[in-house]
Amino acid sequence: MLSLRAMNVLQDSLLELIRRTSTEIPDDVHKAILDSLEREKQGTIAASAMKIIEQNIALAKNKSQPICQDTGSIIFYVDCPIGYDQLGFEQAAREAVKLATKKGFLRQNSVDSITGKNDGTNVGPGSPAIHFHQHGSPEVSVRLVLKGGGCENVGAQYSLPNEKLKANRDLDGCRKAILDAVLQAQGKGCGPGILGVCIGGDRATSYEFSKQQFLRRLDDANPNPELGKLEQDIVETSNKLGIGPMGFGGKTTLLGTKIGVLNRLPASYFVSISYMCWAYRRQGVTLDTNGKVQKWLY
Amino acid sequence: MIQLSTPVSEVAIRALKVGDEVAITGTLYTGRDAVHKYLHDGGQLPPGVNLKGGILYHCGPVIIKDEQGNWKCVAAGPTTSIREEPYQAQVIRDLGLRGVIGKGGMGERTVEACKQHGCVYLHAVGGAAQVLADCIKRVPNVYFMEQFGAPEAIWEFEVVSFPVVVTIDAHGNSLHKEILASSQAELAKFV
Repeated sequence: MLSLRAMNVLQDSLLELIRRTSTEIPDDVHKAILDSLEREKQGTIAASAMKIIEQNIALAKNKSQPICQDTGSIIFYVDCPIGYDQLGFEQAAREAVKLATKKGFLRQNSVDSITGKNDGTNVGPGSPAIHFHQHGSPEVSVRLVLKGGGCENVGAQYSLPNEKLKANRDLDGCRKAILDAVLQAQGKGCGPGILGVCIGGDRATSYEFSKQQFLRRLDDANPNPELGKLEQDIVETSNKLGIGPMGFGGKTTLLGTKIGVLNRLPASYFVSISYMCWAYRRQGVTLDTNGKVQKWLY
Repeated sequence: MIQLSTPVSEVAIRALKVGDEVAITGTLYTGRDAVHKYLHDGGQLPPGVNLKGGILYHCGPVIIKDEQGNWKCVAAGPTTSIREEPYQAQVIRDLGLRGVIGKGGMGERTVEACKQHGCVYLHAVGGAAQVLADCIKRVPNVYFMEQFGAPEAIWEFEVVSFPVVVTIDAHGNSLHKEILASSQAELAKFV
């Protein structure tokens, strides 16, 4: 069990993780944004939008204030050894979230679904969400994703076959479903966006795994070359559609696509697409045995 | 960049066209899901909120109190507007709005209301919460804070050179409609 002192150290580490996630874009995402700014034609409203985005990233970091006012769903992914005090972690995470909200790193963003009441703490059923994964190593690593509601609302799940899209139960069918999701999203998810996709699973695990794809770096390579090819094809094809930043028209509709696969039931074939906005807030740390930040992961 | 000050005249609004970049100076009021539903259900604006010829901003900001007890806007980008589509036409008409700021665009009924009543839809860059908060020089008032909570309250912002793009004009044109149609046609070539 974590001692009171260890709880305080852990809480400080998690507060710093939240601050940094909310206010600083990871390097791999920043690089993709700069590349797309260069691609847009000067003098277009798409180029103006990308310039504002670039200014915004710098301003948020310098002022240590949220990149986007919708500081999103708070999703922790924790890898920990056998015997790690998960209850203690949950408590420290809740306290860190409350504190981060008081300090303005997080918006008062969690609402009772029935009464509509917002108690201003960001802590309640389902918030923050914490996924634990036990592993064989003694290391504790904590990854955090903050995902806003605008992009969450344009996520989509397809059940194949889909007659309207002429999408069958194969990779070409998956491709058609994913591209349809890009078309339907237009600029509404604050593009240029990044897709996390899961092929397979059930309705819940499929969406969940599609979100886990956002833990991958934009410049990584899919271990499955066939999926790697599909990821590249989705980005290239989407960028030919002319949806562009914010749906203003232009050359960059997507900054990246990451696809994972789960087994499915013979009767089911789900393709789940989570959309991440350009304000792609993802960070992670490894903690030492005292709960202090040892290393930043992105 | 076209300069616009609030309150805005109908002539100034009708002169705008899709694709124009505009910088707004003056007063903006925020209003999002709870406010639209409230107005749709027959609720009245509180005294002090004057939106005639004004601009409504779809936004749920992050606001804190500074050491002197004044409101300070920490982050204030637009929220997705399409959720207000069932209510927006009525709200434009009843309040006499000249502009609605948001992101992601709006539907046919709002396009029609803009044409009929002399209003435009102004797209701010989604997620650009810091650049936009920087244009908010003062937060003089908040209304419905208790009732709706901070993100859903009506905040009064004094802004200087707040950057937006006209994506629905007062002549029935919508950039969102155009891009949807052209991207749909493009996609048909690749699947």
